[in-house]
Amino acid sequence: MAKTLYEKVWDAHIVVAAEGEAPIIYVDRHLVHEVTSPQAFSGLEVAGRKMRAPEKTFATMDHNTSTTSASLDALSPMARTQVQTLERNCKEFGVRLYDIHHKNQGIVHVMGPELGITLPGTVIVCGDSHTATHGAFGALAFGIGTSEVEHVMATQTLRQLKAKTMKIEVRGHVAEGITAKDIVLAIIGKIGMDGGTGYVVEFCGEAIEALTMEGRMTVCNMAIEMGAKAGMIAPDATTAEYLKGREFAPKGDNWQQAIAAWAELKSDADATFDATVVLEASDIAPQLTWGTNPGQVVAIDQLVPNPAEETNSTVRSSIEKALEYVDLSAGTLMTDVGINKVFIGSCTNSRIEDLRAAAVHAKGRQVADGVKAIVVPGSGLVKEQAEAEGLDKIFLDAGFEWRLPGCSMCLAMNDDKLEAGDRCASTSNRNFEGRQGRGSRTHLVSPAMAAAAAVAGHFVDIRKPY
Amino acid sequence: MQPFIAHTGLAVIIDSANVDTDQIIPKQFLSKVTRDGFGVHLFHDWRYLDDAGDQPNPDFNLNKPRYKGASILISQENFGCGSSREHAPWALADFGLKAIIAPSFADIFYGNSINNGLLPVKLTDAEVEQVMAEVDALPGAEVTVDLQALTVTSPSGAVFNFEIAESARHNLLNGLDAIGLTLAHADAISHYEANLPSWRA
Repeated sequence: MAKTLYEKVWDAHIVVAAEGEAPIIYVDRHLVHEVTSPQAFSGLEVAGRKMRAPEKTFATMDHNTSTTSASLDALSPMARTQVQTLERNCKEFGVRLYDIHHKNQGIVHVMGPELGITLPGTVIVCGDSHTATHGAFGALAFGIGTSEVEHVMATQTLRQLKAKTMKIEVRGHVAEGITAKDIVLAIIGKIGMDGGTGYVVEFCGEAIEALTMEGRMTVCNMAIEMGAKAGMIAPDATTAEYLKGREFAPKGDNWQQAIAAWAELKSDADATFDATVVLEASDIAPQLTWGTNPGQVVAIDQLVPNPAEETNSTVRSSIEKALEYVDLSAGTLMTDVGINKVFIGSCTNSRIEDLRAAAVHAKGRQVADGVKAIVVPGSGLVKEQAEAEGLDKIFLDAGFEWRLPGCSMCLAMNDDKLEAGDRCASTSNRNFEGRQGRGSRTHLVSPAMAAAAAVAGHFVDIRKPY
Repeated sequence: MQPFIAHTGLAVIIDSANVDTDQIIPKQFLSKVTRDGFGVHLFHDWRYLDDAGDQPNPDFNLNKPRYKGASILISQENFGCGSSREHAPWALADFGLKAIIAPSFADIFYGNSINNGLLPVKLTDAEVEQVMAEVDALPGAEVTVDLQALTVTSPSGAVFNFEIAESARHNLLNGLDAIGLTLAHADAISHYEANLPSWRA
């Protein structure tokens, strides 16, 4: 029977499928960070259980680490306790940890792929919703809660119900300057923030195939922002080229076997999906969100929407609430919206390519008066690479701050947060109320759009001179 | 986990779509290393006027006297979207809530709730509207959620059916430990591991 990519990976991971029970699927790799793991480790301790396969778990600290100092003294007492708890747990249970002093430390979804932990055809989980990122490699990757983290630690498996399948095809090629972030925001704008709920989405089409691995990770990262269980992209030569030689990627004969296995990882031509969505890549302009969820998005040359034109009362009420919160009027041209903060970073857009794209707009320019802009590389390795290319100097010369790796202002658990009333151009993934700081407003954009907004002081259409 | 069979209680309304987990429990409360004590921070930014949480917002339903002691929450579509933080169901349960009724839920939140004995109940848009209207019209009105019968009974006595995966229902009704159940299949897991291709081992 013809199968989709998801169905192939799913079927290969079923350990037990008993009548009346949720199937048990095998977990190949488990990623762990400091915020959602302590209660799982303590749950094991209370029950007197061990980890089944600690060598398949990789830990780092990212959510509440400081981006200004690699010292525990820079953390709040609670954050410090959480980080130290992870250190103690990893030591006790035998889990590999990249702590804040290790060069591999970084945002968990940047670290995994760049070390070759993320592989096509594997099941990867983490107590973090943006685990969807790893689907860029043709892995089945999804975020889980802490009870499930504990379940994986104890059994190396999860109880899961099979999801429905959705194909999202982006046909043709994007115009110059249009990035993966614009593609995925356009998709979310089309299907809505819950359009993918209950589905595993496969992204395909020429515009997706043309993306680098960094771009594919940006697209899959935001699968959760359309409500999808996971996002996947079929592995190809780009995927293999990226992985070859990375620390934990297969080597020698294993590499050859892996390449042969990965060649099968694509949806069969006659496979059927429960839903299909098609976008034309050439229609996609630079995107930015105007409201308080990622589905409230428009193109840079469009206006803030008018709730009066919405017929569905729940949607109309959501638009009205969002406009009040973000303090924008219907009909405002997005290029007229000024900003005072810029955040370039997060598991969505903190990889080397993202920093290169931002640096193009920073080079030889200056951050506008009254604007504070920070650049937070996704990992120690990204930081090292960027510095080798001189990107740090470009940003610093332009008045951006160059920080240490971590999640930073994406969720503002550390000191990197917005003040009430701040308006931020952010390359992160969520523009929820208060996400980056109580009373602050977030507009999601690509790294190029964020850097351009930093120097202009307002949003600009990067396709034109500004 | 305590079994969930049926529950009758006061219902509180949060009439918003897309209530995300950042609202349910904001990030500044995620630094704890235990599962308890999150209830006081539930819906912090909506519930309190100040950062310290000393000044309740009188306009927020959870603070209104008529909803004091509520144990069922009724909201709109896509409840629990966003972050995977299990701190969200921990906070809801610690506050005293036993069930959430909404037209739809985000996937991760839905699973996390079940794993904590907090019952997510999906009704249709029209049914949610009706239950909300009845609760709103009658202070003190109680709603019953029956997992055995798979029904919700509104204050007027109207009965609505709901669905939940049989495996989830079974675990909730019996308060079963999911890890213990899976460990009973340890031999099957070992067998699977013994047959893993070497590149994936």
